[in-house]
Amino acid sequence: MQIKKSLRIVAVLLFTAPFLATASDEHGEHGEKSLKETIKEDIQHHVKDSHDFHLFTDEESGTHVGFPLPVILWDDGLHVFMSSAFHHGEEVAESNGRYYALYHGKIYNTNAAGELEFDEHGHPENAKPLDFSITKGVASIIIISLIVFLIFRGTAKVYGKGQVPKGIAKFMEPLILFVKDEIAIPNIGEKHYKKYMSFLLTVFFFIWIANLVGLMPFGVNVTGNIAVTFALAILTFLITQFSGKKDYWKHIFWMPGVPVPMKFILAPIELLGVFIKPFALMIRLFANISAGHIVLMSLIGLLFLFQNWFARGAFLGLTLFLSIIELLVAFLQAYIFTMLSALYFGMAVEEHEHH
Amino acid sequence: MEKLVNDFSVGLFFWQTLLFLVLLFLLRKYAWKPILKAVNDRESSIEDALNSAARAREEMEQLKSDNQKILNEARAERDNILKEAREIKESIIAEAREKAGTEANKIIEQAQEQIENQKMAAITELKNQVAEMSIQIAEKILRDELGNQEKQSALVQEQLKDFKLN
Repeated sequence: MQIKKSLRIVAVLLFTAPFLATASDEHGEHGEKSLKETIKEDIQHHVKDSHDFHLFTDEESGTHVGFPLPVILWDDGLHVFMSSAFHHGEEVAESNGRYYALYHGKIYNTNAAGELEFDEHGHPENAKPLDFSITKGVASIIIISLIVFLIFRGTAKVYGKGQVPKGIAKFMEPLILFVKDEIAIPNIGEKHYKKYMSFLLTVFFFIWIANLVGLMPFGVNVTGNIAVTFALAILTFLITQFSGKKDYWKHIFWMPGVPVPMKFILAPIELLGVFIKPFALMIRLFANISAGHIVLMSLIGLLFLFQNWFARGAFLGLTLFLSIIELLVAFLQAYIFTMLSALYFGMAVEEHEHH
Repeated sequence: MEKLVNDFSVGLFFWQTLLFLVLLFLLRKYAWKPILKAVNDRESSIEDALNSAARAREEMEQLKSDNQKILNEARAERDNILKEAREIKESIIAEAREKAGTEANKIIEQAQEQIENQKMAAITELKNQVAEMSIQIAEKILRDELGNQEKQSALVQEQLKDFKLN
């Protein structure tokens, strides 16, 4: 439904009504629906994590091209097998006498026949084992971590030879200095910023590279997954709380400079704010990146939906334009996440002389 | 929201936290520390270089003004020496002139004295000769005239009238 709606809106905005008529005329009712459904499923599939690295599917023969990834389950013992055992959810996998079925990207305990029991909403009621599989997302995180590590190990090696930046350091040094001089020092202050530099630099470059990898062909948008942004935000949250000084806690539970009744009113609000801040960090990054991917995928879907060369050209241009915007968003979101983290650290270590 | 919670993958969260922390510690050890240290070192070395350049410039300025001072002093000294030399020269010339003048005067005086002496000697000589000649003449006349008394005395009178002492 969302796709259909966005299709309408974009079409009305960009083109006139007769054009929409031709578009719907050209497709049969059945064909149009199935194509739209396919696009919708593809988009949902794309933004979700999965247990195998899917490259493309040949619709006619029904074969999937990709490679399997290891599945690691904790279900009264460790179960490790390759995701190829599921045959893309078509078969039941057996491991150490237990049976598992893959349904919509999730692994459920099942019997040998692979039967799943559904509730009235169509959700399976079977128990789920603890899933620590190396999924597509985890594999991407490993690759991204490797890329980030190699880039900055290379950068560090340049400085071992001399003080003048060469090669990759020439490109990376301004970014490192940007994080140091524009993010860390103004928000945390000269006195305390040094101990947070490692986290801020790592988080900045990890998010940025992850966002860029997500935009590349066959890249996975790990930062568009809420578990990943949650993991990043919780680290910011923990570091903030553990570096909180007396003034920080005082500002939360006993706000100075306001009348006593106000202190009682402000305390729960401030306490709530402590949790809302990292929550906002998590949602902001997740929503920005996944929304960008959904919009781009939808536009690409529209390319297939319209069989009019003029419209296709227009959508191609729009896709290209939005891809460039996404490149900007990739950097911007890394910057915002790092900047806000630094701001929260700064609040935690701030010392007020005037109270 | 329900969908988000339902889609939340504990495994992915676990791996992301683990991998991120591993990446954080590895980068801290092998990348951020050396890079930040190098950047800081460079910043401080640039600052030092700028400071020492400023100091050198100051020293140069100082040196320049010192040089100027020395030059001025030397020039003043030279002027002084020249002035003194000129004064000495003038005094020497004046002295010499004075000395020469007195010397000349002395010589002239001596010369005049000599001339006077010579003159006096000549006069004396002349007087002596005249006296002798007079005697001789007198002798002769006497011899000639003494025969004749009158004539003798007239002659002596006449002779004496002619010889006038100058």
